[in-house]
Parts: sequence; C-alpha cells; structure tokens
Amino acid sequence: MINKVCSSMAEAISVVKDGDVVMIGGFGSSGIPLELIEALRRHGPKDLTIISNNAGVAEEGIASLLRDGMVRKVVCSFPRSRGSVWLQRRFREGSIEFELVPQGTLGERIRAAGAGLAAFYTPTAYGTRLAEGKETRLFNGRGYVMETALHADVALIRGEKGDAWGNLTYNTAGRNFNPSMAMAARITIAEVKQIVEVGDLDPESVVTPGIFVDTVVLQEGLINATA
Amino acid sequence: MQRLDTEGMARRVAQDIPDGAYVNLGIGMPTQVANYVSGDRHVIYHSENGILGVGPAPAPGEENPDLINAGKQFVTLLPGGCYFDNADSFAMMRGGHLDIAVLGAFQVSSTGDLASWATNDLSEPPAVGGAMDLAVGARRLYVLMKHCTRDGEPKILTECEYPLTGKGVVDRIYTDLAVLEVTPRGLQVLELVAGNTLAEVQAVTGTRLLPPPA
Repeated sequence: MINKVCSSMAEAISVVKDGDVVMIGGFGSSGIPLELIEALRRHGPKDLTIISNNAGVAEEGIASLLRDGMVRKVVCSFPRSRGSVWLQRRFREGSIEFELVPQGTLGERIRAAGAGLAAFYTPTAYGTRLAEGKETRLFNGRGYVMETALHADVALIRGEKGDAWGNLTYNTAGRNFNPSMAMAARITIAEVKQIVEVGDLDPESVVTPGIFVDTVVLQEGLINATA
Repeated sequence: MQRLDTEGMARRVAQDIPDGAYVNLGIGMPTQVANYVSGDRHVIYHSENGILGVGPAPAPGEENPDLINAGKQFVTLLPGGCYFDNADSFAMMRGGHLDIAVLGAFQVSSTGDLASWATNDLSEPPAVGGAMDLAVGARRLYVLMKHCTRDGEPKILTECEYPLTGKGVVDRIYTDLAVLEVTPRGLQVLELVAGNTLAEVQAVTGTRLLPPPA
C-alpha cells in the first residue's frame, strides 16, 4: 500500500543532511512552504545550497536559514525584495556564495533536471553579463546561451490539497515554482493545507502527479508556535 | 520644457495597447498602464508568477495571500483567467506568445539595447527576476521611463553604460518628453510632447535623434 503521508514536519524534514542542495518553492510571499522551512531551521543542517526564486524577507523563511548560518550558497533570481536584509548582510560580509539566474532560466534549469535533460539553449541573457563564461551558439542567426540542468537533493514545496499517493493541487498563483521543483529533486516533500482520501481529487485538477512526490505532510501551525 | 507626469506617461502607452493583446506590465510605473487602457478594449494581462487575466486589486479583506502579481501586490483574477506554473509562464515569454511587454529602464541605447537590472554598484546582491526573459521574448518591447535621471543626465544613449538586460530588444521608448521608435537607421522621433521642439529634446538625449515624419 502506498502511503506518502508523514505524521510530522520534524520527521519529514529529518532526511535533510549537511551539505545538501535544497530547492524551496514560492514566489514573493506566495506558495512558500513556510512550515517546512521552519522545521528545517529547527533541524539545523549546515552548508546548505538553497535554490529558490527569492531569498526571504525580514526574519521569515529562507531569511531565517541565512540568519542562523545554515546556508553556504544561494541560487536565485530576485534577492532584493524589500526587507531582504539577511541575504544582503551575508552577501556583504562575503560569507555565502551567490549565483544569480534569470527567472525563466532558473525555472527551465529546474524543469530540465526533472525531465532528464542535461542542458538547453536559451536566448535569455545572450550578450549580457549573465552569459559571460558560458557556451553560446547561433541558431538561425539568433544568439543562444547554453544552460545546464539544476538538480537538488531535496525539494520543499507547498500544495493546497494532497493525498496519500502524493497527488497535489495548488492555490491560485501559489503554484509558481512548486510543480517544477517537485520533479527536480531526489526527495520531494510537500506541505499541504489539507489531506484528502485517494480518489477524492478530481483527476483533471491534479497539477503535480504523485510520482514526483515522496512525502506529504499536513501544516501543523509551526510558524506561530514558539521555537 | 513640457513634461508629462506619471499618469500622462501611462496614459500615452495605454493608447497603443490594442484590443485583444496579451500584455505583460513590468513592476512600478508600467503597472499603472492598465488603469488607462480604454474599457472597450479587451486586453489580457500576464503576470510572470503564473497568471493570465490579472484583474484589479481586491477589496480590503478579500485578499488571497497567494494571489499576487510580479510586484508582490495583491490582485484578482478576471473571469476567463487561469493559473499555471513558472515553466509555462516563461515559455509564454520566450516562446513569443506575448504581444507586448512594457518595462522600466535605467538606460536604452540607440540600437535598442536595454539596461534595467543593475547599476555598476557591486556592494549589493544583484537582482534580475524575469526582465531578461521578457526582453528577449515579447513580440514588442516598450520601455516606459523618464527621459533623464533625477540629476538631469540623459538615459537614452549611443551605448548603455550599465549592464545590459538584452541586446537590441527595445522597439519603442515612451518618456515624459517624447515617443521614440528604434529603427535600423537609428532612433526615430514619433511624437514630441506638445510645446517641445526637437532641438530641446535632442539637447537632453545622449544620441542623435531622427526627426519626426513630416
């Protein structure tokens, strides 16, 4: 019998080890697995590489991992949201590596990893600083940059509803990077608002098929609870 | 010189958004263009985080925390709108499915190079977001910006001094002084804001302008 439901955030996150590459879904304040991030912070692994579109604001989410010194490298497209103080501080003091990737290239590198592709050519960033040192090529007279797949050890994502087979739905624009990241990691852990019986989700509404998900865990109110 | 205010600039771009267009509006001033597109035109707004059919801000108390636009503001979805993931959203851009993107800029060159993501300040972590993908992908790329910096320095130059977002990507520039089209012969003035002369606008532009069509 397949049952991917895990009974606690702490148990679900315990698979993350020192030095792991961790993808974290979300865009701005939308679709972020905030409880899994909090569970990860309490779990406390070091030297993590974090791949995410943004880098957290104030003391929240990824910012709390940067604050607590758990992060060795950040790969993202837009770290400069208002209040992204911890990324700025770690960047200025030179204590983290930082890789900036255009958002569409970031998403496609993640998707490529999940789809079994080693690399692809994109017109994005051709002729700019972000293409320096990369292989370029002309196709039909237009310039393209070769970009490689981006894999992770663990993906932390957030869905709306999930079932024991790992099928997921999302809430509106909270979908963003979550479906691609689910495909690109060795282990994918999904935080959901609601767990439903297998067969209850309309198959037409399933956005992430359960094959891409290893663990489903229900939100347990970790963010408001004291650490 | 006569200068359009922010509303005037947004209104001017809005005139050129045709019925039936799929449009992406960048963060900041470009977002305001939607407020002035005539109600008899059916325009579908794309947001990079995975929305087609972006509607106005919700009423207070009606916000859905996950339903935000690229500028991280709460929005609504219009009837007929839909959601999709990041990979599909950027496929819409790079795949040439968007008719028009309107972006802000630090500088634009006479050959349509766009500099909008970084200055030469290396002390802050750089941020690029979706600007480079929009720049190469939208069928028509419009820049909406002030003609000069706050210090009066020209932002329209023969060559950009800041790092590029895209090379030869801009089609048209809307400023508080003029509307300019990027052509193979150079920057062609399409319109001057009423009351200004070509010589006055040329004097605050860092590259040669071609006079408006007779």
